[in-house]
Amino acid sequence: MSPSAAATTKSTAASTINAVTIKDLRIVVDSSGEDIVDEVNLAIAPGEVLGLVGESGSGKTTVGLSVLGHARRGVRLAGGSVHIGDSSMLELDDKQLRAARGHLVSYVPQDPSTSLNPALRIETQLMEVMEFHGFGESNEARRERAVEVMGEVLLPGTRQFMRRYPHQLSGGQQQRVGLAMAFACRPSVIVLDEPTTGLDVSTQAHVLTTIRQLTSVHKVAALYVTHDLAVVANLADRVAVMYAGRIVEQGPTRTIFDDPQHPYTRYLTAAAPDISGDHTIVGLRGRAPSPGKRPVGCAFALRCELAIAECHEVFPAVTEVAVGHTVRCYRAGDVPDRTLAKGVQFGSSSTEGIALALRNVCCSYTGLQVVHDIDFEVHQGECVALVGESGSGKTTLSRSIGGLHRDWTGDIILNGSPMERSSRDRPTAQRLSIQYVFQNPYSSLHPRRSVGESVARPLRVAGVGKHEAQRTVGEMLEKVSLNASYAQLYPDQLSGGERQRVAIARSLVSRPSVLICDEVTSALDVLVQAAVIELLLQLQRDLGLAMLFVTHNLPLVRSLAQNVVVMADGKIVEFGPTDHVLAHPTEEYTKRLLADTPSITQALTSGTLASKPRRAISPE
Amino acid sequence: MTIVSDAEDNVDGALPLPRQSFKPPGVMRVALRMWRTRIGLIITAALVFLAFFGRYFAPYGENQGIGVAMQPSDSPKIHEKSLFGSGELGRDIWTRFLYGGRPILISAFLATLLALVLGTIIGLIAAYNRGKLDDVLMRAMDIILAFPQIILALVVIAMFGATNVLIIMAVGVSTTPRIARVVRGSAVSVVERDFVAASEALGEPRWRILKDELLPNITAPLLVEANLRLTFSIGVIAGIAFLGFTADPLSANWGLMIDQHRSGLLGDQPWGTTLPVIAIALLTIGTGLIGDGLSRAAAGVDRQRGDA
Repeated sequence: MSPSAAATTKSTAASTINAVTIKDLRIVVDSSGEDIVDEVNLAIAPGEVLGLVGESGSGKTTVGLSVLGHARRGVRLAGGSVHIGDSSMLELDDKQLRAARGHLVSYVPQDPSTSLNPALRIETQLMEVMEFHGFGESNEARRERAVEVMGEVLLPGTRQFMRRYPHQLSGGQQQRVGLAMAFACRPSVIVLDEPTTGLDVSTQAHVLTTIRQLTSVHKVAALYVTHDLAVVANLADRVAVMYAGRIVEQGPTRTIFDDPQHPYTRYLTAAAPDISGDHTIVGLRGRAPSPGKRPVGCAFALRCELAIAECHEVFPAVTEVAVGHTVRCYRAGDVPDRTLAKGVQFGSSSTEGIALALRNVCCSYTGLQVVHDIDFEVHQGECVALVGESGSGKTTLSRSIGGLHRDWTGDIILNGSPMERSSRDRPTAQRLSIQYVFQNPYSSLHPRRSVGESVARPLRVAGVGKHEAQRTVGEMLEKVSLNASYAQLYPDQLSGGERQRVAIARSLVSRPSVLICDEVTSALDVLVQAAVIELLLQLQRDLGLAMLFVTHNLPLVRSLAQNVVVMADGKIVEFGPTDHVLAHPTEEYTKRLLADTPSITQALTSGTLASKPRRAISPE
Repeated sequence: MTIVSDAEDNVDGALPLPRQSFKPPGVMRVALRMWRTRIGLIITAALVFLAFFGRYFAPYGENQGIGVAMQPSDSPKIHEKSLFGSGELGRDIWTRFLYGGRPILISAFLATLLALVLGTIIGLIAAYNRGKLDDVLMRAMDIILAFPQIILALVVIAMFGATNVLIIMAVGVSTTPRIARVVRGSAVSVVERDFVAASEALGEPRWRILKDELLPNITAPLLVEANLRLTFSIGVIAGIAFLGFTADPLSANWGLMIDQHRSGLLGDQPWGTTLPVIAIALLTIGTGLIGDGLSRAAAGVDRQRGDA
């Protein structure tokens, strides 16, 4: 990490050495003048990767787009400057901006499947970028460059492959084509906006390796916008942490993770699950204030347990605590108690009784068998994680258990009695004692029904009277750490985390014995995820629930489940106690999955992903 | 490991809980903020009032003669005072006009209501069940859709005679597929959402899922479509009357009036045709404006919800 340290010292001296320099950037809502982003100062040296980390709504994408001189509709770049080399991006006119984008600075968006034109061959799209920017003298030269850049992103540059359409590529390949387009004209700066969010871990690992190589070999400065700390730990030289539109801490990656100074950064690192450390993840309640509602002093003070009177009056100035490590906090260096990680405490992993058992379960989807011969058990008071990549059949299996997917054979036994295939054919008591929490809290609550009505629904089905139900709902809302008065609110008044709490309350109100959680935190920010996991673990212990936690997030499993079931291609490839399986995987698939999962601890002890041997990539 | 329950999520504006509770603003309320909707409502209300209560202000009886047929208001050949002159059988045009709106409005409204009920049920069932039932229902709808609406109505009337019930049924049934398609189209995406699966997991009966989970979430497009269909039905019903098919040829009817007084358009007594034409045009413009406001509001409401 020597180049990063050198870069930061230089950044104060002369801006010409940096590939991109952002000074006092201020971005506001055009209509109201409320600040979305303020006082942002960043500098990235050639060949350096800067990770810009923050929760959704913190303004990190807005900063990323400003590097391209772009502001979303209704948003105005109100002050400060963005320099790339000698050009000031905020002062260019439209024509100059068009010329600069793709040539001087390029952008890789989040979703590869929507960012490529589905009607054009990838060759055409690549050539188009270069042609527009007048890159290369002739079509021949450009075609050569196209093949070359395909090689750089580890895709075959064969004629046959180049003539494919985007839909003929896998998600990872699509994202690498996106990278190829971004790198085609050899830009000096590249902005990456969560380019691996929708990808499986193994694909993500490939894409990250590619990014790392391209930036270091061609001396491209990269701004990597993400909420995923593990990815940042593996990829970035330096990290900037954003909260409510301001950068609260900035420094070399290792320092940020080893010795965070700002309490918010401490919470972030404490909330991130890590595959190699068995620390409890710690959540933080509340949400970041939105633009226009930000307080006078430090925006984090309202959620900060270390806040002092000063914090509420004046936003702290930037202080340099070490070379290249700056922080904006009066209490920099102090540690909030809650972020001190403890070992995982599971509920009594008793083997009292089997709550849920699967025997030879096979599931079919449109006539095709996708899940084969599944056998496992979940004991009372135990959490079993069902892990697999997308397409492994884990969701189909969990929906079959919940009675939402009918096309299965075999036996699913709940508390000793086998269940019918469809929830409709199951007796009410059975339906109520197995409950399902859905992945996306934005779609699992009826938008026109109040929280109280939604949570009361299972009780009403069970035949509980209206007043009785109302009282129970109030109690349940308190249990999931919401106020009972939330019953009158409607889903669109709630944040994602609050919605998921409501969904959990709804699933627990009928006192089920088995709870199925289907990727319940994948739509949530890391701090909210940690808070929801904390809640689930506590409820599971208090109520003695058997829990089946379906996820693709291996690090999360570590801090959550006693036992883990690893699925691949519809089969169980490994089953056993979490610590054992994750520490000593026996199956090739599990080993690969573990190796591809970015880990903070491993990145800090053994260097970044980039130092791993380059793997040959088959054209899938 | 503890859960902080004293710290509330509501850091935002530091408002004390409970936050003000409100239902997401309905399409109606949003639409009413637009001028087009208000103007549409005023026009429609005025005409509906005229059609329903105008007869109580009519100067003469519905079938009372006032003199020689087809005379302008200042003609000496009509012995009574008349605002717009006499019609083809020597009756007062203004009186006939005031009487003639109600049958059309009632028929159009009932026909639309029938189509709305049938179309919503068929559309929801098709969207929720998919598969074979969906195919059967929607193909049946396509077959009805293949006939031009007015021809279908005429065939039915020609076969069974022109009664009010039959006309309403013919127009209603031929409008049904259009509503069913809109309902199915919007409900299909709602079926995919997890709260529907949640109530399936609870084992709620099918009809309750259709009624409680799907229907409330498609009200916006449904309202827009219902309004559009009402506008069309007014035209179709008036058109059928214009072609001479009414249950009672003696009673006043705007569609019939247009036909009966066509000859006057070339002479000096155009009012018999012009008055009902203006009324029908204004009525469709009025309901059309309301529909336009509703659809704009619906689009806006959906966008808000998508962002949330």
